[in-house]
Amino acid sequence: MSGTHSVPYEPNHHAERDGNYEAAIEKVIDLNQGTIKFGSFIAVDKVDLVVNKGEVFGLLGPNGSGKTTLIRAFCGLIPFATGHAEVFGKDVKKEAEAIRRQIGYMSQKFSLYQDLTARENMDFYTGIYGLGKEEARLRKDELIELTGIAPYLDRIAGKLSGGWKQRLAMVCALLHSPRLVFLDEPTAGVDPVARRDLWDLLFRLAAQGITLFVTTHYMDEAERCGRVGYIYLGKMLTLGTPAELKQLEAVNPPGTKRWEIVAPNSNAIFTTLRRMPGVRDVTMFGLTLHAQVDEHLQPRDLGLEGPGFDVHPAEPSLEDVFVTLSKQQDALRGEGERKAGVS
Amino acid sequence: MLQSLQRIGSVGRKELIHILRDPATLFFTLIIPIVEMFMLGYAINTNVRDVRTVLFDQCRTQESRQLIQAFKNTNDVKIVAEVFSDEEMHRWIVSGRARAAIKIPEDYSRQLQAGQTAQVLVKVDGSESTTAGEIINVSNAIALRESLLHVLGDRQLPVESRPQVLFNPDTRSANFFIPGLLIVMCQMMAVTLSANAIVREKEFGTIEQLFMTPVTATELILGKMFPYILVTYVEFCMVAFLMWSVFQVPINGWFTSLLFIFLPFLLSMIGMGLAISTKASTREAAQQMAIGTVLPSIFLSGYVFPFDSMPKFFWYLAQIIPTTWMIDASRGIILRGGGLEDLRTHIIVLWTMAIVIVYLGASKFKKQL
Repeated sequence: MSGTHSVPYEPNHHAERDGNYEAAIEKVIDLNQGTIKFGSFIAVDKVDLVVNKGEVFGLLGPNGSGKTTLIRAFCGLIPFATGHAEVFGKDVKKEAEAIRRQIGYMSQKFSLYQDLTARENMDFYTGIYGLGKEEARLRKDELIELTGIAPYLDRIAGKLSGGWKQRLAMVCALLHSPRLVFLDEPTAGVDPVARRDLWDLLFRLAAQGITLFVTTHYMDEAERCGRVGYIYLGKMLTLGTPAELKQLEAVNPPGTKRWEIVAPNSNAIFTTLRRMPGVRDVTMFGLTLHAQVDEHLQPRDLGLEGPGFDVHPAEPSLEDVFVTLSKQQDALRGEGERKAGVS
Repeated sequence: MLQSLQRIGSVGRKELIHILRDPATLFFTLIIPIVEMFMLGYAINTNVRDVRTVLFDQCRTQESRQLIQAFKNTNDVKIVAEVFSDEEMHRWIVSGRARAAIKIPEDYSRQLQAGQTAQVLVKVDGSESTTAGEIINVSNAIALRESLLHVLGDRQLPVESRPQVLFNPDTRSANFFIPGLLIVMCQMMAVTLSANAIVREKEFGTIEQLFMTPVTATELILGKMFPYILVTYVEFCMVAFLMWSVFQVPINGWFTSLLFIFLPFLLSMIGMGLAISTKASTREAAQQMAIGTVLPSIFLSGYVFPFDSMPKFFWYLAQIIPTTWMIDASRGIILRGGGLEDLRTHIIVLWTMAIVIVYLGASKFKKQL
């Protein structure tokens, strides 16, 4: 991880103007029992969610679990069937246009105009957001500087590389100085260097008091978020800081512990470990293994001794957390369906 | 309000860049109507001429030759062959080598001299109704004239009709067709181009980003209309110039009046195209629908077929098609030399239609994914 966590505190203009210095506890998103339906299909199921000002909030979940749907609903493009949603304290149902003036959005797929140049795309969006000439120029210069996109301004957007497309999309999403930015899988298909640059940029924005709502599939990105939510089949299974999630009892049931195992031939060990009594779960991470085992077991009980072996206690990774929670949810659903089938 | 205008302007400017950045599409949309005009302008001639005809003259007398000459003099009939049996005569028509046949029976001269009715058989291929109708008219006229000549001798005709054709004295087909063609071509272009305008954003996913902004659905529709108005006006002037210079159709009224009346028509066509675009989910579907709206306009508007002779139901249907009114206005200005005061009804009807269509199109469009 880069050192961008330790960005010096920059005073926040909005907070000053509003005379609200307790910016950190201001609720930017407040969703209460939000449900979204497409016909009879329940895409989002009674989700509660609060995102605070200046937070970098990460939403994780498999494809089709409702992440994009939820973002679209916060922007007023899809209605909540039931529940109550507020963004900046405004009702999403009634004040969608006012909310849209203050949010930025960067979609999964590059959704700017491929046949326009980078500059033309920017000009279009400053026009759409109703920025004055001087205001638009200043803001553009600022963002061009921030992203370093200057050499590519007159390039047709469709011909930019993935990383630069993302940066252009970022610029266009920020032109109107939004207070909340939704980023839907912003780093999908972007190379690792560009990915890190983008996250550096996100933290710089967060330091300015901008709230960021990011969806991702990358665990390292989830680790960098202030708080993380995990949504699975439309249900928000858990919500908290990465450290909190790793301490969840559901993930660390009493009487079990986790090991990180380095073994000479990890593949073979992986297969044998899985069949051993007292071993709850084994996952491979490159050449190391993560195992969840009964608390009383010692490495020698499982034959994890000798030259080349190294076993030490480990805390669960975020991936462990999400996989465990998904499995438990599947088991619950299965039970529910069985019960429904009987009655 | 000011911001709203700025947003409309931004959408319009961006849409114009899209059009200009795709020169191939622009070129074809501008050039195809011109090619079509050349084809239609030169090829279509509803005045029947030189119909291929075979002759079966069993009589072979001075009287029969005189009758044949009368047919030839009309220029409607062109004798392509002479045949010697009914069977052969029939074959020529069935095979399509001739559209008509004239059979003069053996007793033609004899009956004529005896003061009895001399019969001439004229067979016509009914599969081409215009040609058939014309040949029937021509043969009736010739029979009538020959009869009158026979009865009256040198005396004067008791009644004579003197038709006076106003505005298009030579009854040139081009003069009838091209003012209509001008409208239909521009309609085709306006609807098919604008039908892509929104569905393209759906296909490329750019609509999602756009919907996240404060631009309203109405601003989006209005902004997108401008570039298409501009492009279609350019096309309109080009086609009108060719009509006047190459096809020598005189513009008897003010061209500016025509440009003025064209605006509400254009708004309704682009409004229609955009309405299609909001409904369709792919560009192919949008194009199909666009063509679908153009076809009734072609057939019912009086562009090809005079609608005064349509069955009542279709006549009423034709009245609610903007093209019907626009084509009549176009002919009114170009051929009849009419001015805006003569076409007041047309102007009112076209503006009403434009407002209704654009309003319906814009109000049906919702910012929802």
